Amino acid sequence: MTDSTAGGDVRLTGISKTYGSFTAVHPLELTVPQGSFFALLGASGCGKTTTLRMIAGLEEPTTGTVFLGDKDVTDLPPYKRPVNTVFQSYALFPHLNVTENIAFGLRRRGIKSVQKQVDDMLELVQLGDFAQRKPHQLSGGQQQRVAVARALINHPQVLLLDEPLGALDLKLRRQMQLELKRIQTEVGITFVHVTHDQEEAMTMADTVAVMSGGRVEQLGAPAELYENPKTTFVANFLGTSNLIEAEVAERSGEDLVVTAGGAKLRLPGGRCSAPTASGGKLLVGVRPEKISLAHRDDEGAIADGRNRVTGRIVDSSFIGVSTQYLVDSPAGSGLSVYEQNIERDTRLVPGAEVVLHWNPAHTFGLDAAQAKDAGVEKVEDAA
Amino acid sequence: MSLMPILKWLRRNFVVIAGLATLAYLILPNVVVMVFSFNKPNGRFNYSWTRFSTDAWKDPCGVADMCGSLSLSLQIAFWATIGATVLGTMIAFALVRYRFRARGAINSLIFLPMAMPEVVMAASLLTLFLNMGAQLGFWTILIAHIMFCLSFVVTAVKARVMSMDPRLEEAARDLYAGPVQTFLRVTLPIASPGIAAGALLAFALSFDDFIITNFNAGSTVTFPMFVWGSAQRGTPVQINVIGTAMFIVAVVVVTAGQFIANRRKNSAKA
Amino acid sequence: MTALAEAPAAPTVRKASTRKRLVPYWLLLPGILWLIVFFALPMVYQASTSVQTGSLEKGFQVTWHFQTYWDAFKEYYPQFIRSLLYAGTATLLCLLLGYPLAYLIAFKAGRWRNIVLILVIAPFFTSFLIRTLAWKTILADGGPVVHALATLHILDVTNWLGWTEGSRVLATPMAVVCGLTYNFLPFMILPLYTSLERIDSRLHEAAGDLYATPATTFRKVTFPLSMPGVVSGTLLTFIPASGDYVNAELLGSTDQKMVGNVIQSQFLRVLDYPTAAALSFILMAIVLIMVTVYIRRAGTEDLV
Repeated sequence: MTDSTAGGDVRLTGISKTYGSFTAVHPLELTVPQGSFFALLGASGCGKTTTLRMIAGLEEPTTGTVFLGDKDVTDLPPYKRPVNTVFQSYALFPHLNVTENIAFGLRRRGIKSVQKQVDDMLELVQLGDFAQRKPHQLSGGQQQRVAVARALINHPQVLLLDEPLGALDLKLRRQMQLELKRIQTEVGITFVHVTHDQEEAMTMADTVAVMSGGRVEQLGAPAELYENPKTTFVANFLGTSNLIEAEVAERSGEDLVVTAGGAKLRLPGGRCSAPTASGGKLLVGVRPEKISLAHRDDEGAIADGRNRVTGRIVDSSFIGVSTQYLVDSPAGSGLSVYEQNIERDTRLVPGAEVVLHWNPAHTFGLDAAQAKDAGVEKVEDAA
Repeated sequence: MSLMPILKWLRRNFVVIAGLATLAYLILPNVVVMVFSFNKPNGRFNYSWTRFSTDAWKDPCGVADMCGSLSLSLQIAFWATIGATVLGTMIAFALVRYRFRARGAINSLIFLPMAMPEVVMAASLLTLFLNMGAQLGFWTILIAHIMFCLSFVVTAVKARVMSMDPRLEEAARDLYAGPVQTFLRVTLPIASPGIAAGALLAFALSFDDFIITNFNAGSTVTFPMFVWGSAQRGTPVQINVIGTAMFIVAVVVVTAGQFIANRRKNSAKA
Repeated sequence: MTALAEAPAAPTVRKASTRKRLVPYWLLLPGILWLIVFFALPMVYQASTSVQTGSLEKGFQVTWHFQTYWDAFKEYYPQFIRSLLYAGTATLLCLLLGYPLAYLIAFKAGRWRNIVLILVIAPFFTSFLIRTLAWKTILADGGPVVHALATLHILDVTNWLGWTEGSRVLATPMAVVCGLTYNFLPFMILPLYTSLERIDSRLHEAAGDLYATPATTFRKVTFPLSMPGVVSGTLLTFIPASGDYVNAELLGSTDQKMVGNVIQSQFLRVLDYPTAAALSFILMAIVLIMVTVYIRRAGTEDLV
């Protein structure tokens, strides 16, 4: 997806930003293909907003070049770039009504008759009845749509969205995600979307770049990132992962065999981003929903060829569609298992001895030199 | 029959009663000024009630020099407001939006005129004018008024600019507005309530100033100086007429402003 | 949350062109120059005048005659003490009278809020000299106010305290303090109102929920949170009151003259410039020292 033949790509080469001694963004190579919906995902302070602002021209990069298509725009001020931004908390002009807010960019470029285009835009974002309102007379969701319309009316080559849904409540946010996706499909403009919400990034974007500490950790399609994370940060930040410390035992064909807490586990060699020398350490990962839980008495019924780990349930919580279990095992403590609530086994209560088993194809391997809990959401971040 | 319910009521409504008493204390002199504008005193001073008359209202400029001094005060207040507002707004923007050297010194230079008894500034400014051999009059008064209004304008505008979301200006730049357009179309309109508040304050301060003006006016007579002089020579009823008219105009203007603001807010809800 | 953490600290420092870097200086230049020439420089001239000797006819020369300060202070210390006493009393009265009204506007006025606010601000627009002269009528000898005070035996108390004399209120300290309090009351009410209005009314409910009586709520929550208003209100009242000479002149007698009266007459009538300059420097020093100590103790240094 980093093919650079298309003419309208956004290309960042060697772009970096430092404030004094603090490096917000480390030298970065990034290509956003034309017409794609691209998400920059990361926790606060990871450099994603700074990257976006450098594309907009609101921030001057310390090093590197910004290309729009084949054109170097690094030294152009924001008002000369064919790029528009939907700002966090929208930044609608409080003294202008909806029409004038939307027409602002056209008027600044000296276009006199704006009514037709404004009307079309109002229709696109479904705000036709609100043309004469002032921003403070609109709800959060309506303001958000005005902000989108105000940017889109200029037909930018790229639309930048800086946490555009951050100020909305959960339900409205889901609705706006779909709406933005619809608009993007309709107008076909490249969207670069900055967010800290991994679910939002995965639902909306074609390509997601996960950022951390001013660097891109991994870049790819949402499913690829989720199923095959290359770093512990990505494994933990996108959903939840069980990471088990293990030692490489042998190679067997395409697969890698490792040992963890007395258990032998297999994983596809192609899903391991760590060195695989015999005796080397690595982290074996598996998503909680891929694991099946069986009571120890039923161990014999488990099919051959599946990875198994024995343990004891320490906690379980019922959350409707599924039940989440915490299991301690010799391989690792606090392993998460999500079981669909189809046929609930009443024996699976805290204290029960169980076997965790899963398809080896869902296993991935990570370099053990990384911090195991990188990207785990901390309580204070959750607010 | 017992006193207890009354005391209880007083205790519960203490804030309201005390507040209204203070309000009465604030308003009383204006009421007196208004009532005595209809007085026809015996003798030169208008301090005790004699009999009702509308003579002064029929002939407000019937006192020598009074309306001239009033017009002079209005002119000075007008120009002082413009001068102080322009200079003060520029300073406020520099303070909020830019980094520069000697910020501390500049902040104190702006704070000190507000922390200085007027008489001290008045006396020192006169020393300067005497030393320079300046002709005291309109220009020295205007200079002095711009000087002491400036700090108040800076404070009022600064508060507003500080509460402005810098993203609004970024949004304007993002939407093809160059620096000048951004300032004229976005920054200025949004900062305007602060600028208006500063200008209004400057006008009131300048129009009503007596102490600094008294030192630096030479033989020029502004309206407050005319009132001061008449307190010695005899107070014409017309002073009360002007005072009452100013009070009424002020109340009407401020009320109208509130009314318009309220209506806007209400139509917003509809 | 996220945005704050990520937004770059303040306006970005860029390796901008010299022209861009000079922008703030151009913005500052005219106003600051004005203050330097017409505020700071006059102070220097006045400092020099205060150590000059000579006469109007022969002119004044700088002779570093610091004796003037001591002589001026020795001769006029009663006026200094009186100024501080009157200004201090008036400030205290403004706080006591202004707080309930500010509180009333902020929390109890409801839909009357704007009307009450207008009534507080509107007197500003009638010349304060006219309004001060009105007090001559209100406090007139034998008038209803004085009569009421005498009937209620309040005058006996104030006479005993030395605030009034016989059956008069005019031409006594009480009249002057009453005028000062009246004149600067709006300067107390407005900052108090501003800081009270910012207080989230849910804090009152929270305090009540946590077992605070209304009185305790006021002492522990409302008043501490209104401290910025109290500090700037008292400063805006005390500073101009300490240098005022209008109220003492119009409502007082020769026994109520404040230091402002002395400076005014030395400067404009006696034409003894060195003494007048020395006096205003002493006043300035006293006020600045008191203000600095006060702000330090109140712990709010960012008033500007």
